[in-house]
Amino acid sequence: MRIFDPHIHMTSRTTDDYRAMYDAGVRALVEPSFWLGQPRTSPASFLDYFDALLGWEPFRAAQYGIAHHCALALNPKEANDPRCAPVLDALPRYLAKDGVVAVGEIGYDSLTPAEDTALAAQLQLAADHGLPALVHTPHRDKLTGLRRTIDVVRESALTPDRVLLDHLNETTVKEAADSGAWLGFSVYPDTKMDEDRTVAILKEYGTGRVLVNSAADWGNSDPLKTRAVAEAMLAAGFTDDDVDQVLWRNPVAFYGLSGRLHLGVAAPADLHEGNSVRRGGE
Amino acid sequence: MLTDISRAWLDSALRDAADRTPVWEERFVTAGRHCGPADADEARTLLLRAAGAEPDTLTRLYHHGTAAERRAVLLALPALVTGPETVPLVEDALRTHDTTLIAAALGPYAATHLPPHAWRHGLLKCLFTGVPVTAVAGLAERAAGDTELARMLADHAAERTAAGRPVPAGLSRVLALTAPAEES
Repeated sequence: MRIFDPHIHMTSRTTDDYRAMYDAGVRALVEPSFWLGQPRTSPASFLDYFDALLGWEPFRAAQYGIAHHCALALNPKEANDPRCAPVLDALPRYLAKDGVVAVGEIGYDSLTPAEDTALAAQLQLAADHGLPALVHTPHRDKLTGLRRTIDVVRESALTPDRVLLDHLNETTVKEAADSGAWLGFSVYPDTKMDEDRTVAILKEYGTGRVLVNSAADWGNSDPLKTRAVAEAMLAAGFTDDDVDQVLWRNPVAFYGLSGRLHLGVAAPADLHEGNSVRRGGE
Repeated sequence: MLTDISRAWLDSALRDAADRTPVWEERFVTAGRHCGPADADEARTLLLRAAGAEPDTLTRLYHHGTAAERRAVLLALPALVTGPETVPLVEDALRTHDTTLIAAALGPYAATHLPPHAWRHGLLKCLFTGVPVTAVAGLAERAAGDTELARMLADHAAERTAAGRPVPAGLSRVLALTAPAEES
């Protein structure tokens, strides 16, 4: 089974997670930029983070046989801090980079005017750079936030088939599906979605435009939830081909819209050469 | 191996670089997806050489670059910089734990310009991180007669042995190279 986790924050995860993900079948992932728990206070802090998503993290992932790409953006929460917002001026330089396959995570957190501005500006940046957009839907006042998100997408230069609406659930999936966007579900141990509810949605809405992710970060989350959904799909009667579509081909199709996906990463070095590259992390 | 499309793109980009048209730096940035990861280092290095990039430009491209772009700048240094102006880029790369950057940093430019203390630590870092010492340019010349390097290597070997761990394969080879050059 091959798995592509289309949304996971590896910066917050250990090398043991990379090893476990590889063993579970994960061969590719996209790490969208987001907040870090501790609020940032300057654009420079973002730039170091973006550099890590284009340098250290892909290097670390490759040691475990996993292709790492990223999505870059000013996230919705920090769009509200005027000290951080100037990072928007530096984004065009970063959106040209080879490893960047989307603009994201953008979207709404508290549905403020500053978030309106950042979302619209970054949808335009995505259109300008030939990139799709990963759009986070808010955790508070979710349905209102989804509707406002869809309105802003509709007014943007980006067509809905180049937009992935993420963190959907039972209350938001219908309107998201009607918008024509790709549908993202984050599967968590306690919050967001779980495996069985995700399977129920797949039964109702089909496998055609659905992506499933772990969204694992520094909180209570699990980088193996993609595999858990695959197992739940098989147990519910979906075929191996259905699983491959949701957990591999759909993310490849969506991020492939960037023209920048490169999925050929060698197996971990010490599995075929006895190389000791990994000691760099000791 | 470049495809025909990649070759045509690179030929055009090299003309942009040679003419210093405003788009040449963007060509440097996007070379990976146009030429493929396997040929990206060579394509980018060719672009830097075609442009005759000066230390200020190389420094800016390095600091604005992804790991792959930084590696290309490091690989281009010996062909483009004759003085020590870009030693800080080598030092920056040697502070990382990306073995591809460490290996690229210790090329002929570092062999000529990196001060002894930093060079010794770079070499030791290769042994720590598994970068083959054969990747280090000018190894025999710089190691010859370096008693401080010999001491560091012997101490490292003793530390590994004390911990019951194997001594890195390249260590004894470098240690042998530290013997003073024959008096003529």
